[in-house]
Amino acid sequence: MNAVTVNNISKSFGAIKAVNNLTFQVEQGDLFGFIGPDGGGKTTLIRMMNTLIIPDEGSATVNGLDTIKDYKKIRLQIGYMPGRFSLYQDLTVEENLNFFATVFGTTIKQNYDLIRDIYVQIEPFKDRRAGKLSGGMKQKLALCCALIHKPEVLFLDEPTTGVDAVSRKEFWEMLKRLKQKGITILVSTPYLDEASLCDKVALMQSGNILEINTPENIVKKFEKPLLAMKSKNMYKLITALRSYKFTNSAYPFGEYLHYTDTRETYSVEGIKNYLMQMGVTDAEIIPALPNIEDTFMQLMEKGND
Amino acid sequence: MKKFLGFIIKEFISIFRDKRTMVVLFGMPIAQLIIFGFAIRNELNDATIAFFDQSNDYMTEQIKQKLVSSNYFKLGANLQSNGMIEEAFKGGKIKEVIIFEPNFAQKLLKDGGAKIQIITDASDPNMAQTLLSYTSAIIKDYQTSLNKQSDLAPIIQSEVKMIYNPEIRSTYMFVPGLIALILLLVCALMTSIAITKEKEIGTMEVLLVSPLKPIEIIIGKVIPYLLLSFFNVITILILARVVFNVPFVGSYILFFFIALIFIMTALSLGILISSVAQTQQAAMMMSLAGLLLPTIILSGFIFPISNMPLLLQWFSNIIPAKWFLIIAKGIMLKGVGFDHIWKETLILCGMFLFFILISIKKFKVRL
Repeated sequence: MNAVTVNNISKSFGAIKAVNNLTFQVEQGDLFGFIGPDGGGKTTLIRMMNTLIIPDEGSATVNGLDTIKDYKKIRLQIGYMPGRFSLYQDLTVEENLNFFATVFGTTIKQNYDLIRDIYVQIEPFKDRRAGKLSGGMKQKLALCCALIHKPEVLFLDEPTTGVDAVSRKEFWEMLKRLKQKGITILVSTPYLDEASLCDKVALMQSGNILEINTPENIVKKFEKPLLAMKSKNMYKLITALRSYKFTNSAYPFGEYLHYTDTRETYSVEGIKNYLMQMGVTDAEIIPALPNIEDTFMQLMEKGND
Repeated sequence: MKKFLGFIIKEFISIFRDKRTMVVLFGMPIAQLIIFGFAIRNELNDATIAFFDQSNDYMTEQIKQKLVSSNYFKLGANLQSNGMIEEAFKGGKIKEVIIFEPNFAQKLLKDGGAKIQIITDASDPNMAQTLLSYTSAIIKDYQTSLNKQSDLAPIIQSEVKMIYNPEIRSTYMFVPGLIALILLLVCALMTSIAITKEKEIGTMEVLLVSPLKPIEIIIGKVIPYLLLSFFNVITILILARVVFNVPFVGSYILFFFIALIFIMTALSLGILISSVAQTQQAAMMMSLAGLLLPTIILSGFIFPISNMPLLLQWFSNIIPAKWFLIIAKGIMLKGVGFDHIWKETLILCGMFLFFILISIKKFKVRL
């Protein structure tokens, strides 16, 4: 059975179409990612699935329950962690957790197994006010609070935004472990590099889903051979390539720059010569395998055209 | 029920940890009471009075001496006719006129009773009230000394008349008025802020997705403030009694019952505001401009309603505090029972039902 189904769902705010006629399913036990830039419609989509917003058109179900008709039943079965930090700042870590446990009719003890891995990390600070926690610890606490009633489906709206790289990595490892416990997880993120950590991703832009697939299959959609380039003067390299008449795309990725060419066939030497002319003498050019970020950039370019 | 209790406990912790909330909740009632209390207090010192003595015998002379030598009063004029009384007051200096009936001493000794009429200028109601009590005390004192001298028990009947503002509208009114103000502030302002705060920091989103029912969220938010405002009412009453000697003649139980109804009305207004306002700031502006200001100005707390233009008099009817003030004044100062105030109570109940129904209708179970 599908944990979540979405059928032709749309939502507008005034003239802005936040979510545009989307249809997809999320299988039970999946770690499903919505990836895309800010304003892509991720939050609106999540809020429609977790019964907080009524769609203008279309319908959605969670565990087979309709999000409009059966919203009360759904609310008992889901966990939700909104995008901004939404715990009580003036309550301590433990009090927050206790509060959410009571509100959901359970106790910390009862479901401690589920949150233990996460909670032990913040337990040394359990008497600290939530408002005084660091970003990463806040996210961990929020996750604990969203999990404390053992939800079957977990909605996480940009849980790693504003969190440092190490905490982000830890956070995803926690999600992996939760997934092993059979919880279906729907997570949104603006970080493209997190896409490869999901079972399935939906690439979103301007309320549309550009692509929905496993990360591996998405990478396979990359159509052109990819070159990685490096120079001591990266800025010069980029400006040179951006003015090159055969350049299809040129994006910096970490220490390298990823380049695709508009021509079917071409030689690396030709590009090197052009760069020499432009004053980039030390360019290192090697063939590279596309990753999901390259694919997304490509899809976005297409979407913009 | 356990969920609900957990919610209330959380709310209490939040209130007690927020210093600003605590100051507003507990500091302000006391500060306001003291400020209002001292601002309207009048020490009597050399108030100018006039006599209209139609008897001019040794007794009236003694009473006059006693009054003038008391340090509280200063003789302004000896009037010769009834017509001069009005003149004397209009001059503005004279605050009180004391009239002795003809053949005062004779009547008192022979018939066992004589009359003194005390007329005060109640356009300054606090002053009038004070003058009156001082004068009566001195006359009573004289009467007691007479009683000691003879076996007869002559009675001096003081007949009191307030002119210009016969009901002395603002005397002691600051206490009921203050209670209304504080209750409105705590109940309407604080609850509306507390609810919109959850919207602002995003916790409302989580609460909505939780199994808590909307009614539980609302009532859970409201109950702590209900209890705290009750505590405030008691503090104000005690302070008023101890520090300012404000009388309380009526039934405390009846008073608390009415206060409860007024608190619920104020709470329902707070909930209504929070269902419309999206931010704490908006909620605060709405409460201040929409509730507190009309309450201070139009409820009769500071300005007598009867002195207002007709349009504002009509408008004052929709202000809950007006009705509460009528009731509170009746119970506290006149000691009236429920049979005298059931109409006003009914109006308050109606207002409560009206506001709460709208707020429940307006409360969104979604974003």
